[in-house]
Amino acid sequence: MTGTVAAIGAGLAVIGAGIGIGRIGGSAMEAIARQPEATNKIQTAMIIAAALIEGAALFAIVVSLIAK
Amino acid sequence: MKTKLSILFLIVFFISGITIISFGQEGHETATATGHGEADEPFDPSTFIMDHIADSHEWHLWTKKNGDHVAVYLPVILYSREKGLDVFSSRKLAHGDTYDGYRIEEEGDLKGIIVSVNEEGHADEANIPLDFSITKAVIGLLFSCIIGLWLFLSLSRSYKKTGISHPRGIQSFLEPIILFVRDDIAISNIGIHKYEKYMPYLLTVFFFILINNLMGLIPFPPPFGANVTGNIAVTFVLACFTFVITQFSGNKNYWRHTFATPGVPFWLLPVMIPVELIGIISKPFALMIRLFANITAGHIIVLSLICLIFIFKSVAVAPVSILFVIFMDCLELLVAFLQAYVFTLLSALFISLAVQEHH
Repeated sequence: MTGTVAAIGAGLAVIGAGIGIGRIGGSAMEAIARQPEATNKIQTAMIIAAALIEGAALFAIVVSLIAK
Repeated sequence: MKTKLSILFLIVFFISGITIISFGQEGHETATATGHGEADEPFDPSTFIMDHIADSHEWHLWTKKNGDHVAVYLPVILYSREKGLDVFSSRKLAHGDTYDGYRIEEEGDLKGIIVSVNEEGHADEANIPLDFSITKAVIGLLFSCIIGLWLFLSLSRSYKKTGISHPRGIQSFLEPIILFVRDDIAISNIGIHKYEKYMPYLLTVFFFILINNLMGLIPFPPPFGANVTGNIAVTFVLACFTFVITQFSGNKNYWRHTFATPGVPFWLLPVMIPVELIGIISKPFALMIRLFANITAGHIIVLSLICLIFIFKSVAVAPVSILFVIFMDCLELLVAFLQAYVFTLLSALFISLAVQEHH
């Protein structure tokens, strides 16, 4: 039972991270299209933000792994 | 460009091919071992996967048709209060055997841990010996150190010989990466005046994680395929390094920002100081979890795709699963670089927060 709930929790966490990273990626694309000369800076900032969101999602996944 | 791409594809194809062969054989072994001769007992993918990503005292290679295991047995080094130091081969503990009062637990909370056995034949939970064994991960770790030393010592030798003007061989491969770490990670975050002091650490951590990630992707033969960066103890130590370096390079502004945040009224400080202290701890904690979870998740996905063959018990699934595994291995190559980059980048970022001047 806990295993199923944990799996649902992991799925929910991934949805959140997916929305977050998708938005970051989309905005970065737009920004690069507008200012191709700033590509490097935008990419770095994008990866930092994505890494932070991913960290939050991975916390959730690790918690659901332990909860099993 | 095209030939380079095709060479890369060939290498990736080769690597994934080995993945399937070596894991496939072990999968067969697990399926028959858990089945005890009865083919209709269900195959348990979760145990199979966890056994493969976990650290272990022996390096299992394959099982012969007659059921014999072919494995590299690694040395076990134990210290317990009563018996003192003990060194022996893990062959003596294989398949749940007891040797000298020690046994590897195969079930329960202590699964995979060496315990001392009491008179009744049960594990003595209050008296677990300290385990300093050379396990799979330790072999992987030592071997990655050898690769790193070999790469960079030969690099420095060739710089001594030819100077910096004509990069040749391995030089032309490593130089752009080193410059990337310097220019895009160190200088752009820490700043041109202070970055030099932190370059040795950033380069070391970058190449350590990169080499170990790539070695973890190659499943065979033995020094490769140990899950080093997917081991939380290893990532914990790496995160500790970043934590200690950040705290020791913290200047006046950093500590003022932590204990007396400018612009915050004094009655709010009892709330703000704990929050700032949690922030100091949670940054390296996130570093630890991120690297561990990313690498482990990648391995779990590759292994689950291979498990599909054994779940469906059909050869027809194999091509699909192989294609997905090749795709995942390509993705894992990207992740191997990305995680090394992200760990180094965030370390540089945390250091830069600690050393930046007030403005």
